[in-house]
Amino acid sequence: MAKQRVPEAARGAAGDSRLEGEAALLAGLRAGRDEAYEELVRTHAGRMLAVARRLLGDGEDARDAVQEAFVSAFRSIDRFAGGARLSTWLHRIVVNAALMKLRTRRRKPEEPLDDLLPAFLADGHRSEPRGPWQPASALERSEVRALVRRSIERLPESYRTVLLLRDIEELDTAEVAERLGVGPGVVKTRLHRARQALRGLLDPELLATAAGAGRTGAGAP
Amino acid sequence: MSGERLTCREFIDFIMSWLDGELEPAVRRSFAEHLEMCPDCVDYLDSYERTVALGKAAWDAPGDAEVPDEVPEELVQAVLAARRRA
Repeated sequence: MAKQRVPEAARGAAGDSRLEGEAALLAGLRAGRDEAYEELVRTHAGRMLAVARRLLGDGEDARDAVQEAFVSAFRSIDRFAGGARLSTWLHRIVVNAALMKLRTRRRKPEEPLDDLLPAFLADGHRSEPRGPWQPASALERSEVRALVRRSIERLPESYRTVLLLRDIEELDTAEVAERLGVGPGVVKTRLHRARQALRGLLDPELLATAAGAGRTGAGAP
Repeated sequence: MSGERLTCREFIDFIMSWLDGELEPAVRRSFAEHLEMCPDCVDYLDSYERTVALGKAAWDAPGDAEVPDEVPEELVQAVLAARRRA
């Protein structure tokens, strides 16, 4: 869905002061002031580390990617147009740094995804339909969010990366295709299969018939 | 006018394109007709859409998300040192 622009008049004092703060920070960065660089790092490193950890896991690589992203940002600060938010610009840079790291890692052989995809009978019907999931309100719990994060981590890397970039980091299909060096059709196919596989991993835990079975703490307060 | 009948396999193949509004009108009609008559695919579509929503929300909530409340000081210092070297 297209993001709505907030009209200038409706943005309010908080938004105005944030923009002013960002303009002042940018001026400090362009003037090479140490305290501006430190403020930039302290303000944005946490969020950037979270992005890198999603793509690379919770290890040295994620920290290295953040460090490399900042160095790249410092080098190109004069080219930052100022039309976008600094956070959006830094987000793109850390995504690129993390993808660069992924490319240089030794590729592990990927587990086939087929076991997590729906199975069909010869006539095209699903072989094991399982029934509805628990109501949405029952899934708004921290243990379900943790289950989803663990399940995403279990996806084979080429599928997990596309799912993270499209659904969580919210890059569009063309951006993901460009960054991964594949065609838009490949991105769409991988995303659909990754979503189906994630659904397959969540299914046994989130079925209405699993509620109360204690698998994800369903029914817990 | 009714479209060609879809199997459950074809229905599931088309879900993402349907959600993105990218199906041709004839396929969209067949998709809607299948949805009318197949409760298993109603469940599947619902769980697919909720999978996408759960993925988007998995890192959203403060408190249990992966965004550290405080940035590791060691990382801040490493970044600032890298700038001095650059």
